[in-house]
Amino acid sequence: MELCDLSAEQIASLVHKREVSAREVLEATLNRVSLVDGRPGQLGIEETTPDDEKYVHAFISLTAERARVQADEVDRRLAGGEDPGPLAGVPFTVKDIFVVRGTPSTAGSRILANFVAPYTATPVERMEQAGGIMLGKVNLDEFTYGSSNESSAFIPTPRNPWNPAYVPGGSSGGSTAAVAAGEGALSLGTDTAGSIRQPAAFCGVVGMKPTYGRVSRYGLIAFGSSLDCPGPVARTVKDATLMLSVIAGRDPHDQTSVTVPVPDYASRLEAGVKGLRIGLSPDYFRITFVDPHTGELIERPIDPEVLAATRRAADVLASLGAEIIEDVPMPHTHYGIPAYFVISRVEAASNLHRYDGVKYGYRTPEYVTDLRDLYRKTRGQGFGLQPKLRILMGMYVSAAQYSEQYYVRALRVRSLIRRDFETIFDPSGAYRLDALLTPTTPTTAFTMQEVYGDSVLMQYADELTVPANHAGVPGISLPAGLDRKGLPIGIQFLGADYAEATLLQIGFAYEQATLGEDWRKRKPQVVERLAV
Amino acid sequence: MRRQGFTQSRYVIIPAMSLTLEEVEHIAELARLELTEAEKARYREQLSAVLDYIARLQELDTENIPPTSSVLPARTPLRPDVPRPGLPLEELMKNAADTEQEQFRVPPVLD
Repeated sequence: MELCDLSAEQIASLVHKREVSAREVLEATLNRVSLVDGRPGQLGIEETTPDDEKYVHAFISLTAERARVQADEVDRRLAGGEDPGPLAGVPFTVKDIFVVRGTPSTAGSRILANFVAPYTATPVERMEQAGGIMLGKVNLDEFTYGSSNESSAFIPTPRNPWNPAYVPGGSSGGSTAAVAAGEGALSLGTDTAGSIRQPAAFCGVVGMKPTYGRVSRYGLIAFGSSLDCPGPVARTVKDATLMLSVIAGRDPHDQTSVTVPVPDYASRLEAGVKGLRIGLSPDYFRITFVDPHTGELIERPIDPEVLAATRRAADVLASLGAEIIEDVPMPHTHYGIPAYFVISRVEAASNLHRYDGVKYGYRTPEYVTDLRDLYRKTRGQGFGLQPKLRILMGMYVSAAQYSEQYYVRALRVRSLIRRDFETIFDPSGAYRLDALLTPTTPTTAFTMQEVYGDSVLMQYADELTVPANHAGVPGISLPAGLDRKGLPIGIQFLGADYAEATLLQIGFAYEQATLGEDWRKRKPQVVERLAV
Repeated sequence: MRRQGFTQSRYVIIPAMSLTLEEVEHIAELARLELTEAEKARYREQLSAVLDYIARLQELDTENIPPTSSVLPARTPLRPDVPRPGLPLEELMKNAADTEQEQFRVPPVLD
């Protein structure tokens, strides 16, 4: 096994013991990037080449020299008897929606392509202060608006390491593709409707959306401010635990970061699932769907292989002593997407007003008659399809005459979705669940360009993840097998507010119990082919 | 600006262009977005599809349900009013497209 394929926990342990240096781990990882990543995403590329189709393209900016300085500093501190922290020497990537001082911070958009951040996002700063080595910034859907990573202005966009003909999912597709391909043990992503969990499922890695407010949003370029959650992407549950422990906690720079104490997540990891109540809901085993041809609203069961993997996970947990509660009603699950279509667009439109070609970012090179013309042209040229659509939609549904009909109604529906969760997790209620076990996504990854361009269809990829964002509750997606096409299947555990420790504990138990399964020995295609 | 009606029964939504081109142009102007003709047509189609889809929200009785704009309780915590250094002006200005004497330069606001 190469150094870049080790878990963060193993790397930190070896580096602490000085059996390998942070620099050696970094060089092995940079070598992996050079072998699997292909050319980075960049502006001004119209067409990808057949050669591009073989590579991952996770990166927008690889900051190798910056990383070397950091790695040498970690090694120097260790040589001097200091402890650089729990992530000593662990290479990680950052979704390019976080600002990092002195590096390009693009949000995958032309409008921020030339923006070099003057400060660093709190979660990134915490990882660096814990000894982590930032490799660079990875690709995403433009401003995180998408579920396939295809909407980035930086092309080639990321591809799925398990089969590059398929999308990695999104919007944290660069993060999950990088982690799956050995390009950094960890990545910092964001989840607004499923943007960590859905691509984690598609790429066969662990992805966690913490409780809203658990991780600071300071330095996160805002999308849906009441929904956005930074969170970890990792290859193992233990690594996700390690990373969450570093990034969680109150930040005076973010008034929505909570003062709730951060528990010692690692201490309960091996506590097992005996006696825990884990629910299954039929509302998560089907999706509702508008037929694109007839407009008819139809219900469809989720992919049978994904359902089977979820049921198998329930059996595994039952055999470990968990109590499985069937038929848990989550009646408002399927209103999650329509409510999200309203709420997230209103918040996005509001957040995108700041891009004006004046303070930072792109400014139209064309002649303009006045300031208003400057705004119009700058924004018309700087934003891609998705930001424009979301601005228009958000402004329409929050306009004074439609606000009650759309926006306020969506916020009321959000309360109903939240009540579904409060009911099942209520410790004195009828269900008293410790977690709800669901599929992460209705299907495994789809091929590039299969869905892109249809906003409604694309959003179904998030149907099973978005309710947790409305409700603010935490969720984790774990790899749970491969389908007959060899693509990863993800299962999801959802918990009550601040129940991250419980989700990690259950996830760890599931992971350990299935370590010997054949599918776990398989590697992503882009890594596999390096061996031959 | 008038929202055109959409045809909807409980389970069947008949696709219709629920948004006019003029409405798209009006919102684009409010949003300070210059759009090409092709974009206007495309956005009209996509936005209409989304509006039809979100009509589902009308199925639910939300009469006595309060809206949730944030899952966190509203609060305005105070911190001690202690001066601290901000980012250097030079660093803040260097991302601007055009500056002069530590100010942002823009085209005329008024005729």
